[in-house]
Amino acid sequence: MRLTVQKTYKMFVNGQFPRTESGRSLEVKDAKGKFLANVCWGSRKDVREAAVAARKAFGGWQKKTAYLRGQILYRMAEMLERRNAEFITELMAMSGKTRVQADQEVAKSIDRLVWYAGWADKFTQQFGCVNPVAGSFFNFSVPEPTGVVGIVAPERPALLGIVSTIAPVILTGNTCVVIASQKHPLCAVSLGEVLVTSDLPAGVVNIITGKASELVPTLSKHMDVNAVVDYRSDMATFKASAVEGADSVKRVIGHLNITEKSWYDDKKCQNPYWIQEVTEIKTAWHPIGV
Amino acid sequence: MATEKPAARLELVNERMLQFGGKWQYASAPESTEPVKLEKKYNLFINGKFVAPKSGRYYPTINPATEETLAEVADASDTDVDLAVRSARQAYEKYWRKLKPSERAKYIFRIARMIQERARELSILETMNGGKPIRMSRDDDIPLAAAHFFYYAGWADKLEYAFPGRNPQSLGVAGQIIPWNFPLLMAAWKIAPALACGNTVVLKPSETTPLTALELARIVQDADLPPGVVNIVTGFGATGAAIVNHPNVNKVAFTGSTEVGKIIQRAVAGTGKKLTLELGGKSANIIFNDAAIDQAVEGIINGIFYNQGHVCCAGSRLFVQEGVAEKVIRKLNDRIQTLRVGDPLDKNTDVGAINSKMQLDKITELVKAGKDEGCVPHQTRCTLPKKGFWFAPTVFTNVAMSNRIAQEEIFGPVLSVLTFRTPEEAVEKANNTPYGLAAGVWSDKGAKLFKIANKLRAGVVWGNTYNQFDPTSPFGGYKESGFGREGGVQGLLPYLSLE
Repeated sequence: MRLTVQKTYKMFVNGQFPRTESGRSLEVKDAKGKFLANVCWGSRKDVREAAVAARKAFGGWQKKTAYLRGQILYRMAEMLERRNAEFITELMAMSGKTRVQADQEVAKSIDRLVWYAGWADKFTQQFGCVNPVAGSFFNFSVPEPTGVVGIVAPERPALLGIVSTIAPVILTGNTCVVIASQKHPLCAVSLGEVLVTSDLPAGVVNIITGKASELVPTLSKHMDVNAVVDYRSDMATFKASAVEGADSVKRVIGHLNITEKSWYDDKKCQNPYWIQEVTEIKTAWHPIGV
Repeated sequence: MATEKPAARLELVNERMLQFGGKWQYASAPESTEPVKLEKKYNLFINGKFVAPKSGRYYPTINPATEETLAEVADASDTDVDLAVRSARQAYEKYWRKLKPSERAKYIFRIARMIQERARELSILETMNGGKPIRMSRDDDIPLAAAHFFYYAGWADKLEYAFPGRNPQSLGVAGQIIPWNFPLLMAAWKIAPALACGNTVVLKPSETTPLTALELARIVQDADLPPGVVNIVTGFGATGAAIVNHPNVNKVAFTGSTEVGKIIQRAVAGTGKKLTLELGGKSANIIFNDAAIDQAVEGIINGIFYNQGHVCCAGSRLFVQEGVAEKVIRKLNDRIQTLRVGDPLDKNTDVGAINSKMQLDKITELVKAGKDEGCVPHQTRCTLPKKGFWFAPTVFTNVAMSNRIAQEEIFGPVLSVLTFRTPEEAVEKANNTPYGLAAGVWSDKGAKLFKIANKLRAGVVWGNTYNQFDPTSPFGGYKESGFGREGGVQGLLPYLSLE
């Protein structure tokens, strides 16, 4: 019998798969408590490196046409569809799901990417407008990406959670640093492999694995992170985050206490207003006349 | 070449002076204060009535142009704020949230109309209490305040069209804290959308400019709004803190300094209160070689000296492309000599009084820092009135990006002039600040203008104009200039829940 070659789970930063600079690792166990894999126990420095990569990627990603960003999100769906068997296996091993349940989660994740892909060239029309000012001016408002966004992905569902939180953030041109699920991080790392083959520019999405208690405060305190969207923390942690975020007038947004089941609910967790909350309205004026 | 010895040239420019003979003298045209009937003492407006503060404390509010006391104003304590919040809560639960939205709209329309009707009196009072030229309170502040109520009134019964796929709900009691630079207008920016979205309000005007907000309270009474829907409490920072920290407040809206904004953000963290912040700025005004220079110079003047520079989006950093730098600076120097500084009630006045002693000290300190760091000041040669708080319009050249006057918000009539060579450099420098409130771009090339506007990280970009405002046009900042928008359909979101 042939021995299988196992995957080394690393992080996803700046389009590459580095190990944590700290050299630490965490054990990931299956639902029965049996060893599955080691993942990186990411450090504060890893978060900072990721923030630098995200900032570097911001200008270029924001400048891409909406059509292209939409196509890249759609390509992410294509890549995920082609690799669904791998994700189903991972989900079954890692979170103890049945094949049917795992299949459902992967399918939902793919469909959600397709839904958000379609928003890339529509959110501007949805949230922007031309304003009838009382004067001889042409005046319009457009939503622009907020910048570098920190995402605290939910613990479960391990794949659908991270997909549903990344997509509304990046489709407008934001870049992000994602703190992956602590208990079930394998899919997040594998998602990096999907992203890297989807023509997503390096640094647009950066995925860090490790302990939230260590990583989240680093994001909140970081002076060059413009927003943090938290889908996981308890109230006390979220409050601490929001306090620390005030030093840079960070947009600290909490969608806490979303149940695992709710992530499948399109009314709730497939939300155009999650796109809007990490955009900034820019209003431009110009005189009309000859 | 013109740019070879800029320093020497600038010195020469400084000595030039336009000669107008006797033709530039204006006879004074003071607005009469007769329409304003001041009371000796102003109480708090709580639950539809003017009530004495439980604190028993009053403080004098003055005219910054004369330092004369205009009236005594109540200083609300925690207990007073608690009463105001209770009355707002009760009004919310009992009337306002249950009221048919079309009826809510009609109340707000009434307020708009009554502001228009009392425009003259409100303008004069605004100028007396704040020191801004009557021309501005008459033409901008008061008409825009009325327009703001009129605009949001119409939204009250149309909210479901603003957020497709959602059923927007009011939040409850909104605690609102506003600054002294546009007292009535800021009150309108805060109260109008809050009411239209079905919330009730506790508003605190700035301690230095409470009088027009208290007149607005009277208008609210005259418009027969249910008691408690709008409450106005006067006082200092402690009164504001009591509003922010009150557990029964669901929404906090603040306009003011970034420093205080951060304190409020920390205080509100984790409480579930919805927060919007309109904070400071150090906005860039960018002049390209191909700009219409005379118009640009007017735009620069308007950008920084409008309202004595007490404008959060003031164009306080001027970036001039090197090819026209010398010309622009010369014209600026000529132009500031024609600014009329003095009696705010005079209809000819361009630049009025600094709002308070505290603000004057801050401006003076930063201007001194500018001189100490080697920046070269050019000032309007004018005689400043002996009484009151005044600062001559000031333009600094020889400014480096790292100088304090190029970094910190001065909130006064002080401009820092910097230069650039390429559009990329202009964008880089303009964005190199923690703030991101506004910017101006001057060029006759449309393609360039829109490209630069697109790259600037600021909430408002004025192309070939500056300091334009309208209720239909969203206003608010990027980065440390705050979050949330006021004005337009976007201005509804801070006062609604979409969950």
